[in-house]
Amino acid sequence: MITARHIVKSFNGKVIINDISATFEEGKTNLIIGQSGSGKTVLLKCLVGLYDADSGEVWFRDVEYNALSTKEKRLARQQIGMLFQGGALFDFATVEENVMFPLQMFTGMTRQEQRARANVCLKRVNLVNANKCMPSEISGGMQKRVAIARAIALNPKYLFCDEPNSGLDPKTSILIDALIKEITEEYNITTIINTHDMNSVMEIGDNVMFIHNGRKWWEGSRHDILSSDNRELNEFVFANNLAKKARGLM
Amino acid sequence: MKFFASIGQYIMLLWRVFSLPQKWKIFRRQVVNEMYSLGIMSTPIVAIVSFFVGAVIAIQTALNLAGLPAYVVGFATRESLILEFCSTMIALILAGKVGSSIASQIGSMRISEQIDALELMGVNAASYLILPKIIGLVLLVPFITIFSITLGIFGGYVGILVTDFIGGNNFIEGIQMNFMPYYVAYSIIKSMVFAFIITSVSAYWGYNVKRGSLEVGKNSTRAVVMSSISILVFNLVLTELLL
Repeated sequence: MITARHIVKSFNGKVIINDISATFEEGKTNLIIGQSGSGKTVLLKCLVGLYDADSGEVWFRDVEYNALSTKEKRLARQQIGMLFQGGALFDFATVEENVMFPLQMFTGMTRQEQRARANVCLKRVNLVNANKCMPSEISGGMQKRVAIARAIALNPKYLFCDEPNSGLDPKTSILIDALIKEITEEYNITTIINTHDMNSVMEIGDNVMFIHNGRKWWEGSRHDILSSDNRELNEFVFANNLAKKARGLM
Repeated sequence: MKFFASIGQYIMLLWRVFSLPQKWKIFRRQVVNEMYSLGIMSTPIVAIVSFFVGAVIAIQTALNLAGLPAYVVGFATRESLILEFCSTMIALILAGKVGSSIASQIGSMRISEQIDALELMGVNAASYLILPKIIGLVLLVPFITIFSITLGIFGGYVGILVTDFIGGNNFIEGIQMNFMPYYVAYSIIKSMVFAFIITSVSAYWGYNVKRGSLEVGKNSTRAVVMSSISILVFNLVLTELLL
């Protein structure tokens, strides 16, 4: 479980995240939704420690992350997996080496054991016969799957996903969503996903938090979202004509 | 003010870079890879430049010192190459070739979030990416310098043989005259300092890319310019200190 308390973050005097508090539950897919520029990525990077919040606290279970020393933070980060918007695969390494990387750095496994574990992770994300490919040689959807395999290689307790479906076609997006959901439940991970994809929200959103202008505007489950009377949320959810028509049928 | 802020950031980056590697086995492999990609891969350009500049120095010296004993040409060529060309000029060439490569490589990793991914895994990204480059080039550059001196002198000899201003034997006599081994050590010390400057300054500019691919290009240029200026300044300082 991750708890954020009164997170504030600004850049050059402009407040991007304004006093956000939230609890992200274990074994569930916790979604942060909002328009582009609403502050989702900044909040995610504050939670994960890539940005230092101006004020506020982030608790990973009963440990306050910001109170840890740099060395302790590095150790704590080994329990965190993250799927970046662009995949962030190391372009100097093959697919297999990318997945083996955290194992090489943080375990005492032999090369054979690392390779075996990498293959288990790659198989888990339904990616076979691509081990020797370089990241630039595979599609965007495959890159995302490799990134997920790398993120789960060390059996993390926390998984952060920044726009996992960006740049993917609808069918591949559904596959990636389903995969993240399965992995979350299978390993009982606390998963936090940034997205503005309403399909993801409706498919996998156990808990959903809507951010508007850097503030938490609404919180609930995917079942509540369509019946909410929150104006800003409705403007976001029913932004396209298809959604508006669907709402008319409800 | 911005200049001093940059120096402060550079020192803070170096503070992070010079920490113990998390895995020595991986570090050793990285150092060898960097020695190959930054050092060995630079030897063709170093060889070409050294050979031709050595030849030109010998010919120009022979033309300008026509009234002096013939062996002076070999002596002057050797001293020019050892004292200045093979450390400073080669460092400036490496700043262009290696510096821009380091800055653009690290800058691209920054904008594609690969550095964030490393940090998030618990890896000290600055140390992981930059330290092997510094150690790799600093360790290899003495060999590059000696290689450059050797080829420069050989180029001078070939230049003298082709133009026939003086005899080849006179040139070789000059090469051997009043040889000061300390000058070679001085050249190697300078080149090691320059290698540190090239790798660390270029890595700093690459690491501090923030806004996207356009800035990668701009910072690569800055890396070359700042490395070159730093080399020239430290060349003066080291010459004053060591000679």
